[in-house]
Amino acid sequence: MAQDKSLLVQGYEVVIGFETHTQLTTQSKIFSRAPIAFGAEPNTQASAVDFALPGALPVMNRAAVERAIEFGLAVNAHVAESSVFARKNYFYPDLPKGYQISQFEIPVVQGGVVEFFMGDEKKSVRLVRAHLEEDAGKSLHEDFIGQSGIDLNRAGTPLLEIVTEPDMRSSAEAVAYARELHKIVTWIGICDGNMQEGSFRCDANVSVRKPGGPLGTRREIKNLNSFKFMQQAIDFEVRWQIEQIEDGLPIQQATVLFNPDTGETRAMRTKEDSADYRYFPDPDLPALVIERDWVARVQAAMPELPRVMAERFVRDYGLPEYDASQLTQSKAMSAYFEATAQACGQAKLAANWVMGEVSRRLNASEGSFEAVPASAAKLGQLIARISDGTISNAAAKQVLDSLWTEGADAEGAADPARVDALIEAKGLKQMNDSGELEKIVDEVLAANPKNVEEYKAGNAKALNGLVGPIMKASKGKANPQQVNELLKKKLS
Amino acid sequence: MSANAPLHELSVAQLAAKLAAREVSSVEVAQHFLARIRSASDLGAFLAVDEEASLAQARAADARLAAGERTPLLGVPLAHKDVFVTRDFPTTAGSKMLEGYRSPFDATVVRRLGVDLGGAGMVNLGKLNCDEFAMGSGNDNSAYGPVKNPWDRSRVPGGSSGGSAAAVAAGLVPAATGTDTGGSIRQPAALTGITGIKPTYGRCSRYGMVAYASSLDQAGPMARSAEDCALLLSAMAAGDPDRDSTSLDLPAQDYTAALTAEGAKPLQGLRIGLPRQFFSEGCSPDVVAAVRVALSEYEKLGASLVDVDLPLTELSIPTYYVIAPAEASSNLSRYDGVRYGHRAKNFGDLEDMYKKTRTEGFGAEVKRRIMIGTYVLSHGYYDAYYLKAQKIRRLIAQDFQKAFTQCDVIAGPVAPTVAWKIGEKTDDPVAAYLADIFTLSTSLAGLPGMSVPAGFGEGGLPVGLQLIGNYLQEGRLLRAAHQFQQVTDWHQRRPAP
Amino acid sequence: MALTSQDIARVAHLARLELAPQETQHTLDQINGFFRLVEQMAAVDTEGIEPLAHPAAVTGQVALRLRDDVASEPNQREASQVSAPAVERGLFLVPKVIE
Repeated sequence: MAQDKSLLVQGYEVVIGFETHTQLTTQSKIFSRAPIAFGAEPNTQASAVDFALPGALPVMNRAAVERAIEFGLAVNAHVAESSVFARKNYFYPDLPKGYQISQFEIPVVQGGVVEFFMGDEKKSVRLVRAHLEEDAGKSLHEDFIGQSGIDLNRAGTPLLEIVTEPDMRSSAEAVAYARELHKIVTWIGICDGNMQEGSFRCDANVSVRKPGGPLGTRREIKNLNSFKFMQQAIDFEVRWQIEQIEDGLPIQQATVLFNPDTGETRAMRTKEDSADYRYFPDPDLPALVIERDWVARVQAAMPELPRVMAERFVRDYGLPEYDASQLTQSKAMSAYFEATAQACGQAKLAANWVMGEVSRRLNASEGSFEAVPASAAKLGQLIARISDGTISNAAAKQVLDSLWTEGADAEGAADPARVDALIEAKGLKQMNDSGELEKIVDEVLAANPKNVEEYKAGNAKALNGLVGPIMKASKGKANPQQVNELLKKKLS
Repeated sequence: MSANAPLHELSVAQLAAKLAAREVSSVEVAQHFLARIRSASDLGAFLAVDEEASLAQARAADARLAAGERTPLLGVPLAHKDVFVTRDFPTTAGSKMLEGYRSPFDATVVRRLGVDLGGAGMVNLGKLNCDEFAMGSGNDNSAYGPVKNPWDRSRVPGGSSGGSAAAVAAGLVPAATGTDTGGSIRQPAALTGITGIKPTYGRCSRYGMVAYASSLDQAGPMARSAEDCALLLSAMAAGDPDRDSTSLDLPAQDYTAALTAEGAKPLQGLRIGLPRQFFSEGCSPDVVAAVRVALSEYEKLGASLVDVDLPLTELSIPTYYVIAPAEASSNLSRYDGVRYGHRAKNFGDLEDMYKKTRTEGFGAEVKRRIMIGTYVLSHGYYDAYYLKAQKIRRLIAQDFQKAFTQCDVIAGPVAPTVAWKIGEKTDDPVAAYLADIFTLSTSLAGLPGMSVPAGFGEGGLPVGLQLIGNYLQEGRLLRAAHQFQQVTDWHQRRPAP
Repeated sequence: MALTSQDIARVAHLARLELAPQETQHTLDQINGFFRLVEQMAAVDTEGIEPLAHPAAVTGQVALRLRDDVASEPNQREASQVSAPAVERGLFLVPKVIE
C-alpha cells in the first residue's frame, strides 16, 4: 500500500480490515426447511434441526450455495471446486448445538477484490475469503429478571461472511468500502441489505501503527449496523488506541461494542476459552462440490455489475466518472437514467436532471427510483423541450413539479405529449416570435436612456440593466439569448 | 421350528405367515410378548414399555391385515434400541441427561419399520436398554442399570446394543433394532448367541438416531437368524436424501431374495479371507476353536479359505478411540440444559448451570470420552491425534480393499472372549477398549459386518463368527450366513428360561 | 507425553464439566493410560495420506447433496418445547446472559 501522509492521524497510520455478515435472500434456512421471515413469534420458525433436537441432521440449501457463487463471480474471486463445512465448538445459549456449522480451512469463495471511488480516487480492497455459515439465535435480556429468553427463529439463517485484507487506511475509506459492498450484494440480489434487521452486519478490525512499523494489536468492533455509527465508532476507536499508546499503555486484543448513545466503544466480557474452538470437518456434511458448469450457468445469468455499467456510461454516454458512479447507486436509478437519456438523446442533461432535480425530489418525498412519479419518457421529453429552446430551465422545473404532483397514474400520464400539454396550459413557451420581442425591446430602450448611454460609453454591464426589464415585460417567456442578440444589434 | 410351537419360539418369517393367514392377530402376538417382557424384567433389557401404545399399534396392524394387505413384516412385533427417537415412547439413550425426553418425531428407521402409512407394519413393544449414548461394550454404562446376559445372568450381554441382544436371546421380542459404531450390534449379538448385521455406513438413515460418532454410527437389525435380519434390513435400508446428508442415495432392496442358493455346495466358489491378525494370541483359545469349526462347515458348503493381511488391526483401537470421542465431544454439546433434558436443580450463573447440568447428567464413561475428544481436537493436538487418526483410517480402508482382491468375504471372531462378568471391566476402560479389536476396523472403513452364532466356548457361553463384506455386499453376507444356518443349529439354541 | 492435572482442568472447562478434586487424579490416570495406547499411532507412516473424514467417500459418493430452497416446516414450537426445563412466552429461559 502506498503511504499517503494526509491520512495519518497524529502521526499514526490507521489499519482497518472488515468482516461482514450478509444474510442471504433464501426462503428457508441453510440446513433446515424452516422459514426465515423476520419478526415472527419466538421459536415459531425453527424445526428439529434448528432446536438441535436429538437425532436431527443438517441438509444443505442449494440456493445458499448459489448466492455464494454469485458473490464470488461479482468480486472476481475463485469459487472453490470443493469446500468443507467445519464445526466451531463453543457453549452459548443462542447456539443450540453447542457448535456453529461454518467453513474454516477451505471456504467456498477465495480471494476477490472490491473496487470503488473516493471522490475521483479509485480504491480497491482485497478480499481474503467469503464463507457460508449458519446464524445463531437471539438472547433477549429485557422482561426477565435475572434471566434471558432464547429465541431460535434466527438460528440457522444462511450467512455469507466476507473477510477483507487489512487494506483500509481511514474510517472514510472503510465506510466507502462498506457502502460499495452493500451496493454489490443488493445489486446482485443475494442480500436485502436491511441493516436495521441485521441483514448486513459489519465488524471492523482496527489497529494503528507508526508509518512503516509493524502492525499494531487490533481490536474488533462488533455489529456496526449503520454507516453513520461505523465512522463514529472507528474514529473513536482510533483516538482511543492512539491515546493508549501515547500514554505508554498496551493495547489488548479485544472485541468491543459501539454505544451510539455515548459514541464510545467498550470491550465485551472476554470468553477466556474463546481461542479454542476445536474446529474439525463436520462429519454430518460431505464436501461441498461445485461443478464448473454450474458456475458457468450462474455467470450467464448475472446482471451487469455497477462498476461495469459505470464504465459503459462513461464510454457510451461520455459521462464523467463521477456522474457514472452516482447514477449506478442502484439498479433502479441506473435504469431510470438510461431510459431518460435514450428518450431525449441528451445523456449529460439527463444525468444532471436525474442526479439533481429528480433525486432531490425523491429524497424530499422519501420516494425511490423504483417508482418515480414522472416517467423517464416524460422527463426525456421535458429535457428535449429545454434543449430545443421551447422552455427555459426555470420553466422546466415548474413542469416537473406538475408532473410530480399529478403522479404516475394520472390521466394520460404515460404519454410524453402530456409534457407539451402542460407547457401550453401554463403558457411557459419562450417567446420566439422576434416581432413581438422587438416591440418590447424598443419600449425598454426608450424607457432607459441612461443604460443605453453607459453601454455606448463602453460599459458592457449596463446591458444587464436592460435585459431584466425586457424579461419582466415578456413575463419570462423571452429567450435570454435572443434578447441579448437583439439588444446588441440595436445598440451597435 | 415347528409352526405350532409357542409364539416366542417362532421366527419373524413364521410369525408373519401366521399373521397373514389370520391364524393369530397382531394384538394377540403383542400381548404374548408383552407378558414375557413383564416376567423377564430382571434382565433389565427394557427401559420403556407402554402396553397401551403397543396394543394401539397392533390394532392398526390388524386393521391393515383385515384390509387385505400382505407385506412381509405386517403385524410382527419388535423393539427399538433407545437411541432411536420415537413419538410413542420416551427416548433416553440410556442417559440421565435425557430422562423422560419425548421426541416430536420418529427416527426414519422407526418410521420405515412402523405401522404408520408407508411403514412395514411392525409393532413397537418398547425401548431397549443400552450403554449411555451407545458408549460401551458391556451395557454396564447405562444410567438405568446393567442388562444381564440370558445365558448367565452374572455376565454382560455385550454392548452397546445389550438390551436388544438380551431381549432377542431371551425371546422377549422376535427381533430388535440396534446401532453399531465400533461393534455395538455385532459384539452383543455374538455374546448372546443371536444374529446381527451392521450394514455399509450410510445404508440406513441416521435421522432420529441420537448421535454418538456421526461418521461411524449405523443402524442394523438383530434377530435369531440371517433370514429374519434380511427381512428387517429390507425394510430399514434406503436412502434418506431429505433428512440425512450422509445416507447413501440408494433405493430399498429385497435382501431375502439373495439368501437362497442351489445344490449340495451352495457356497461353491466363495473365497473366505482369514486375517492373520484376527487369529493371533490376542484371541482366547475357546473362541478360536469354535470359529475354526464354523469355518470347516463353510468348506463343506463349498467355500475356500485364504489367508489375508489386515496389518493395522491393532492400530484400529487408538484410531477409533480418537475419532469417535472427538465427534462425540461435539455431538453431545447440545445437552446443555437449555432446550430439553436434564437441568441441574441448583446453580449460580449460566456457566455454572452448564457445568452442573452436564456433570450430573452424564455418566463416567461418557464424560471420559467427552474429555478425550475435547483434548484431541484442542489447539496444538489436532494434527498429532485427530488428523493422524483420520489418515490411519484411510490406510485401514485401503488394507481392506487389498484384502478383497484375494477374497469375497472376510471371516474371524467377533470378540476375543465370551461374555465377561458384570463389573469386571467397569473401572478399566482401556481393557474394555482392547476387547473391541476385531470390530473397530470394519466400522472405521464403513464396511458391512455381521455376527453369526458359531457354537459355544468357556462356560457354555455363545461365540460369534464375524463376516465382513465389501461395500454394499450385505446380500452376500446374509446369504453366507443363511446357508451356514441351514446346516447348523447354533442360532436355534436357547438359554435356559 | 502425559497430560497434567492442568490439562485435565482446561479440558474439563472447555467441555463444561466439573471434576471434584478427588476425581481429578483418578481421571488423569485413566486418560493417561489411554494415551499410552494412542502414542502407537505416531509409529505409522502417513506421509502423503489424505485424511478420511467420510467413509462414504470410499464408495465414490463424496459430494454433498443439496436440497431445493423450500420453507416447508410448520410451526412446531409446542411439540418441541414439551421437554423444555424452563419456558416463558415461547422463549427458553436461562440465567442472564452477560455480553
